[in-house]
Amino acid sequence: MKLGILVNEGPYTHQASDTAYQFTKAALEKGHEIFRVFFYHDGVNNGTRLTVPPQDDRNLQQAWSELAEKHNLDLVVCIAAAQRRGILDEGEAKRHGKDASNIAPGFRISGLGQLVESGIVADRLVVFGD
Amino acid sequence: MSTLHTVNKSPFERSAFSSALNHLKPGDAVLMIEDGVVGARKGSAFAGLLESAAKSCAIYVLEPDLAARGMGETDVIQGANLVDYGGFVDLVTTHQRTQAWL
Repeated sequence: MKLGILVNEGPYTHQASDTAYQFTKAALEKGHEIFRVFFYHDGVNNGTRLTVPPQDDRNLQQAWSELAEKHNLDLVVCIAAAQRRGILDEGEAKRHGKDASNIAPGFRISGLGQLVESGIVADRLVVFGD
Repeated sequence: MSTLHTVNKSPFERSAFSSALNHLKPGDAVLMIEDGVVGARKGSAFAGLLESAAKSCAIYVLEPDLAARGMGETDVIQGANLVDYGGFVDLVTTHQRTQAWL
């Protein structure tokens, strides 16, 4: 089955990103297709490569990036939510005159239309938030 | 047209859990995740409400989240089924839609 995932909360403050990650991993292990993982609101904070959690803690950004690489996942960060929170790719950094970008490997920045499409194309849309 | 309702907050913290129970239709299922698993505790002030919901709907608890909060099979109301993340996925696919009560 084709599944869409929506993550509305950032890592570490709430459990939403952890649950979404575990759910996505379990769905892939069962042979389901993940159409897209859309990160909205504070969820965009999952997509910065500059996170440095303690070594004995889980690294959620890295976990998502590795899962994306292994399964060719489409991890999409909402552009409006991302800009407010300082999540930029190279193009956006240049466009806004910023000195750096921080988008994590496997993530891409796009618009809310990608969430709408996920709701239409996927058989199920599963929401994780606070 | 059955719905899987996911609840991730304790019924003692927010009213979302009670709202979810008020919206249940026969054949729907409730899955408690994250702090929502607290709602499955037997003998609590909320247990009666959940037990009556269990008469017409299936009740599930995400076992890893239950274990993370120091609880297990013997701590939850009768009729509650424990599932792992794979079971969560199965519940999503066997119901027509998923409603997250955030």
